[in-house]
Amino acid sequence: MFARLVRSEPAYLFFRSPAAMLAAVVAILVIGGAICAPWLARTDPYDLSTFSLMDGLLPPVWQGGDPRFLLGTDDQGRDMVSAILYGARLSLMIGLMAMVIATVLGVGLGLAAGYFGGVFDAIVMRVADVQLALPAILTALLIDGVSRGLLPPEMQQDLRVAVLTLAIALSLWVNFARTARASVFVERNKDYVQAAMIMGQHPLRVMVRHILPNIMGPLLVIMTVDLASAILLEATLSFLGIGLPADSPSLGTLIRIGMQFLLSGEWWILWVPTLFLVALVVSINVLGDFLRDVFNPRLR
Amino acid sequence: MAYFILKRLIQSVFVMLAVAFLAFSLFRFVGDPVSQMTGVETSEQDRERLRDELGLNDAFIVQFARFTGDMLKGDFGYSYRTRQPVAEMIATRIPATLELGTVALLISLIVGIPAGVYTALRPRGFVSQTILMTTLVGVSIPTFVIGIMLIFLFGVQLGWLPTFGRGGTVQIGGWTSSLFTSDGWRALILPALTLGVYQLTLTMRLVRAEMMEVMRSDYIRFATARGIPFRSLYFRHALANTMVPVITIIGLQFGGVIAFSIVTESVFQWPGMGLLFLESIRFVDIPVMGVYLVVIAFFFVLVNMAVDLLYVAIDPRLRVREDA
Repeated sequence: MFARLVRSEPAYLFFRSPAAMLAAVVAILVIGGAICAPWLARTDPYDLSTFSLMDGLLPPVWQGGDPRFLLGTDDQGRDMVSAILYGARLSLMIGLMAMVIATVLGVGLGLAAGYFGGVFDAIVMRVADVQLALPAILTALLIDGVSRGLLPPEMQQDLRVAVLTLAIALSLWVNFARTARASVFVERNKDYVQAAMIMGQHPLRVMVRHILPNIMGPLLVIMTVDLASAILLEATLSFLGIGLPADSPSLGTLIRIGMQFLLSGEWWILWVPTLFLVALVVSINVLGDFLRDVFNPRLR
Repeated sequence: MAYFILKRLIQSVFVMLAVAFLAFSLFRFVGDPVSQMTGVETSEQDRERLRDELGLNDAFIVQFARFTGDMLKGDFGYSYRTRQPVAEMIATRIPATLELGTVALLISLIVGIPAGVYTALRPRGFVSQTILMTTLVGVSIPTFVIGIMLIFLFGVQLGWLPTFGRGGTVQIGGWTSSLFTSDGWRALILPALTLGVYQLTLTMRLVRAEMMEVMRSDYIRFATARGIPFRSLYFRHALANTMVPVITIIGLQFGGVIAFSIVTESVFQWPGMGLLFLESIRFVDIPVMGVYLVVIAFFFVLVNMAVDLLYVAIDPRLRVREDA
């Protein structure tokens, strides 16, 4: 299995592309760090009792800081390493969930629209058109704003993560739907699909078992790129102060907090989370670009 | 031609109606205007009377018609938060956003088109590869980070440019402009760059893709064979034919500019519509949110109409078809 994977074409291309390899290493490091945050981090950045104001505003180690805090601390005495690991954990979690929801929703609607056509197709595609004209961030902001009006105030804090995830997912589904639909139009008339339909298989089975595996390539590319978009969107919303509150900081919230120290000398509070976020998003985007080239032989 | 314009106009009216409906639904179903206007001690009868006076008990469609009618008369209602007329609040913010967006779009075109042409003509060159790699990184860096980096470099480290606000402004009629003072221009540079960089990469990549497509076509090969000078070949023959898709994208980019101006305005505390929209989301100020949507949609529709008219001006084939 492993040997087959290593000798496969994508793997061959992968080991010939230094950019893709570097990106993969960075992505694995960041994602691994985020997953292992509870074991890697010295302190829990959500638990105020684990850090003290006495340790506030310490610079990184190489600028003469405390060896306990590798990348320094913020004004609350929060360890920056712990903060970015937990922040990335939250950002990745929201990004992944939003991407998965967007994929399921978009692919589902796209498959159905392409398979059944007619009125259903027309409705889905008109909605998609309208949403495509609105940039994702505007959609997410609107959904967030509406949820603030609709939800009772006491539930808002608890549901913040869910609302944010849903707002991001609902602003990203269009890409999946359009790609899935376009691919279905191509696949539907091929012999294997026709054969499955003539055999009287259930439409759902035809869509999921026969068509879906054959359009995984382009979908995988969009999933990668949209994961990056989802993480960026979450960071942007949190940076704008619309996303997550300051007591459960994602990377965007950390950057927002760091902005207050832009004019004073404490550069690490701002730049550590910023660089971490950029490294994560750039590496995912480079991988997405690589996948696009792999699945689109014409570009090679 | 007249028929074409008329058709587009009717389409636009429907788009505006749809957006107005959305804004109205926000108004009607998110939050309760009566509880916004009254206190805790208001009696149930008083609330009911207020509800009647405001027409909230009328049929849905009647309310929507009244809402649209008021909008057309320029009456956009009052903000829940500041109690000011929304029309006034938005109107004072429009110039800031439009000036910022226009300058950003100009930056993206003035730099993006030549860069796109260059990278298409010399795809394997070192400079092209560098530009392409930079743009890939550029797309991945969020707008607000670009803003922060610019503030850090030019505002904090070098101290050359102001990092917030609009600087000196001039009143021209109802329009507050920062384009006529050097102070205003200095304040405009960083936000406009921030907003323009992302659009720039889009413009560049699109022009490059289109240009490469065109350069492969038969008529370019034929023109090369005829010995037409390269300058004329590139710019008259090739670039002109890439303009239709490029203009389409510029029209679409306008939406992106407006959306990302929310982020840029927040980073630079630029007193435009985006900042107002953010504040209204934070305070669940539904009237302002709704009107913001309507105003944005109106600009969208205007820009798209302009784009359609530009097609006709640029592409002679469309004109011939219309006349025939």
